[in-house]
Amino acid sequence: MSDADLLFKALADPGRRKLMDRLHAHDGQTLSELCQHLDMTRQGVTQHLAVLEAANLVVVQWRGREKLHFLNPVPLQEIYDRWIRKFERPRLKALRDLKRRLEDGGED
Amino acid sequence: MTATDRSHFVYVSFIRTTPAKLWQALTDPEFIRQYWFGMTIECGWTKGSPWKLVKPDGHTADIGELLEIDPPRRMVIRWHNEWKPELKAEGPSRCTVEVEPMGSAVKLTITHEIDRPESRLITAVSGGWPLVVSNLKSLLETGQVAVVER
Repeated sequence: MSDADLLFKALADPGRRKLMDRLHAHDGQTLSELCQHLDMTRQGVTQHLAVLEAANLVVVQWRGREKLHFLNPVPLQEIYDRWIRKFERPRLKALRDLKRRLEDGGED
Repeated sequence: MTATDRSHFVYVSFIRTTPAKLWQALTDPEFIRQYWFGMTIECGWTKGSPWKLVKPDGHTADIGELLEIDPPRRMVIRWHNEWKPELKAEGPSRCTVEVEPMGSAVKLTITHEIDRPESRLITAVSGGWPLVVSNLKSLLETGQVAVVER
């Protein structure tokens, strides 16, 4: 499976997106911390974290004996560059041109 | 110290290149300019060297010191903001850059941390690092940056 496939597969699950939101709100959590306030079994959270890790959306770092999970925003930036920026650029340019025309017209 | 007494962000990218090429990309001022939106780094790249992130207009954005260097594997930078008073007041942060071969790719890990909770400096750099790392990956893999302007 390609990097992009792993990434979109990881994002295609509401439970995993919720885990990403939890990490965004508070980065560097342990598994136990992540399991609190979540309507998922510990085993479910572990499996979701493994998929997020494989997609490089979550990075694990050890602090002593604690395994901390961090959100890694770099792949999201890559999606943005590849799949969003490209498609929005012509529309942004059209808006910019419109603004310029209206402002120039206002000065006349 | 617990995780909540500090602000800590991690950025990881797997780049299809060699550790030597990635290290060169991280330390060559002209190459840095290509993926860092015209900004560059001035540093002697030996332990204890002053370190400086310079904006395209020549003004200094951040200053610091190279605390550790082990080419082409690891460097640690003492990173102190210089141009925004509220960020400068937070004192120095610490940025660790690690380069690790992983099969046909190289794993780049950037950890940026400061020993205070809710750091505005760490929040400020967290908006920039994903763009810079994504651009660096694109430049090394395709010869072109993904994003020209911020």
